[in-house]
Amino acid sequence: MMDLLWTQAVFWALVGIALLVIGLYALIVHAHLLRKVLALNIMSSGVFVLFIALARRAPREAAGGADAPAQVVPAPPDPVPQAMVLTGIVVAVAATGLLLALIVRLRSVAGRTTLDNRADD
Amino acid sequence: MPATTEMGSGRDRRGASRRESGGQARGPASARPRRELPLAARVLLGLLLLALFCALALAVLSLPSPAPGLSAAVAARLDESGVSHPVTAVLLNFRAYDTLLELTVLLLALIGTWSVGTAHGCAGSPPGPLLRQLPRLLVPLMVLVAGYLLWAGAHAPGGAFQAGSLLGGIGILLCLSGRPLPRWAQGWPVRLLALAGVTVFAALGAGAGALPGGALLAWPPGWAKALILAVELAAMLSIGAILAALFAGGRP
Amino acid sequence: MRWDPGGLDWTLAVVFLPLAGALLCFLVPRRAAPVGLGAAVLTAAATFGLTLAVLADGVQRTALGGWAAPLGILWRADELSVALMAMTATVGVAVSFYAGAYFRDEHTERAFFWPLWLLLWMALNALFLSADLFNLYVTLELVGFAAASLTALGGNAAALAGAVRYLMVSVLGSLSYLLGVALVYHACGTVDITLAATRMGDAPGAAMHAATGAIIAGLLLKTALFPLHFWLPPAHGSAPAPVSALLSALVIKASFYLLLRLWLDMLGGGRWLAELLGVLGAAAVIWGSLLALRQTRLKLLIAYSTVAQVGYLFIAFPLSLAGNGAAWTGALYLALAHGLAKAAMFLSAGSLIRFGGHDRFAELDRPVPRLPLTLTAFTLAGVSIMGLPPSGGFIGKWLLLESAFRQGRYGLAAVVLLGGVLAAAYVFKVVGHAFTPGPREHRGLRVPAVMEWSALLLAVGAILLGLGLPLLRPLLQVGPESSGAGSAAAVGAWG
Repeated sequence: MMDLLWTQAVFWALVGIALLVIGLYALIVHAHLLRKVLALNIMSSGVFVLFIALARRAPREAAGGADAPAQVVPAPPDPVPQAMVLTGIVVAVAATGLLLALIVRLRSVAGRTTLDNRADD
Repeated sequence: MPATTEMGSGRDRRGASRRESGGQARGPASARPRRELPLAARVLLGLLLLALFCALALAVLSLPSPAPGLSAAVAARLDESGVSHPVTAVLLNFRAYDTLLELTVLLLALIGTWSVGTAHGCAGSPPGPLLRQLPRLLVPLMVLVAGYLLWAGAHAPGGAFQAGSLLGGIGILLCLSGRPLPRWAQGWPVRLLALAGVTVFAALGAGAGALPGGALLAWPPGWAKALILAVELAAMLSIGAILAALFAGGRP
Repeated sequence: MRWDPGGLDWTLAVVFLPLAGALLCFLVPRRAAPVGLGAAVLTAAATFGLTLAVLADGVQRTALGGWAAPLGILWRADELSVALMAMTATVGVAVSFYAGAYFRDEHTERAFFWPLWLLLWMALNALFLSADLFNLYVTLELVGFAAASLTALGGNAAALAGAVRYLMVSVLGSLSYLLGVALVYHACGTVDITLAATRMGDAPGAAMHAATGAIIAGLLLKTALFPLHFWLPPAHGSAPAPVSALLSALVIKASFYLLLRLWLDMLGGGRWLAELLGVLGAAAVIWGSLLALRQTRLKLLIAYSTVAQVGYLFIAFPLSLAGNGAAWTGALYLALAHGLAKAAMFLSAGSLIRFGGHDRFAELDRPVPRLPLTLTAFTLAGVSIMGLPPSGGFIGKWLLLESAFRQGRYGLAAVVLLGGVLAAAYVFKVVGHAFTPGPREHRGLRVPAVMEWSALLLAVGAILLGLGLPLLRPLLQVGPESSGAGSAAAVGAWG
């Protein structure tokens, strides 16, 4: 049971890392600002998945007692990473909202949705 | 006189194709076909990122087992926290300061969004008949579920953020279905609601610190449940208002 | 007046006062300026109270919620944090007075500047106080959002593009930092800095190297160390002048402070990493100074100067490997002096722009006789940036040079000296043009006196910082032996 939990945790952690890396690729490669925002969101999700997945490996408690000696009960997942990721999700949503407002305004002021290299004078 | 905004080398994270589009002048961005990074750079980037993946994977695989964690510490003090769900206890009691700052982040995003421009309305296309009638069916249900989630947060997954997201969804639904808030409600009431979460939380936290023998953000054990519920209620209203206002995208 | 030495009261005040001020300013936008100014003065007073308390009683620790680490979050006010908070307060008060006059005619910008600025100040104080890795992530995001929103206040395309880029970089940096924190938590079981430091030795090496790399990379991106500095000039150069002062003087120092703190308490000592940081710092000094020389617009020149000055801070990393804390004291002195001087420079640039309507300094029409205070401020600030005695910049560079010569690191010493020469070149380039008439006669708009005086006072402060070395030295003793990483139990824990 322990190995299954550990394997699950690591699998999802690797999924999180994959999301992070894919998001980073998209962030660098794409020029359109909306795609960059989406890429940042995917990267955030990747980090959060990594954080929580590893929380599944909470230390086990052995159920003591006079009956079967091999009774081990897996403890519930660690609540602290869950709370931290909840906080992180809210922060990511706030960031996305602010970024989108800025991008919409940039488009209405400057007519473009990319970060150009020429500075605007 | 164009200023020389110097960009880094090929590791430019903002990624626009410098050499290609550097000197060309401009039509609307959407009409201009843009060649992004050349293939060689993309392949190199892909290889670098693959290396990054392997490094992080190795780090994860090397993590100790059994895992060190705080679930035991949380479980030991859960009774004093005023709630019975460990995640809620961490969020609103043990690490309440993080939650206070998080509400501040949300409020800050709202202030930033409002400082940038005025709300541009939710109308993409005028809502069809289904969308116009949908709120009548859904909004009362959503309010009910939000209230339940808030209450349930004490002993099951739930709480202020989940309930607040639902309320925010109500705001978005109303906006999309052609029923935005009346003008009088868009100014002061939204401001007050947005501030309510942080204000109540900070006031109660500072008040707890002013009590004899108390510490900042330390809920006295007998009062913890009631205080947490009060904070969560204010936070729920705030989060809903802020999320809906962020969707509107600017100041009223 | 009897000062209450209880750490809790002052630490509470420095975080909650600006928060309350920001909430009030948002609630009553019409009175935002007087309320904001009042909150700024009160927060500065509380900061100085905290400074005195720390100097008198030593490190002040607070367990928030009464829960000790690792379950709860700790605040720790020691000499390093208090030094930076004091700099924040000094610059903050001056910029607040300046901004009161700068935004007088712009209703929207004025209404939103104050809540955003006060929230930025609260976030900075919260960052300097916190001793919890995840809490630091939230404060980093707070700082980033506030700074980006302030950058966009200008409203024009350049400011908006700079703000978008800045916010994206900030989120990216925070994400990298969070990745590192996740790895630290899952390897050590805690996010408290002191506890994690004691457990990191037993944690698996691969995870700890990855965590160190992720955290440092994120913070380097936020501190704009070469070659990750691309976002800084557009953002600092196109923001409104008081905002540029805040960004260059304070926000950059926040992530540098965090990097230094984590390096000393938890992550640091790796030889090749320190050498790498030194090389990048040296490159930043040369590159930033050369690019500053090429600028024709005043604010961009000052922004590139920030890129160069950040490089000096990182030259201290390889110099500190020998073990004594002189290099760190030099870097901190430079950080404080740069805060005051760069803010003075940006504020005087803002006055010049208000006077002339643009910031192409070669074309300004004889500002010296008409804005003598402003040009004095700019020149005095330039003296500190160049590192001439008796300014604070001189003391910082002198400490770095002394450390370099003692260790035989002549390359780094040469870079420090060359940086000073290049700084002199670009400062005098501006000052020289200030004496000459422009291509067109220009009547020049009136600049409010408070704007000129706040810049001048900050610049004088940068000079006085150099004279105050004996007073300040105990505040700036940093090193492995004095980093405050004491016992794990927090004072005041009821848990």
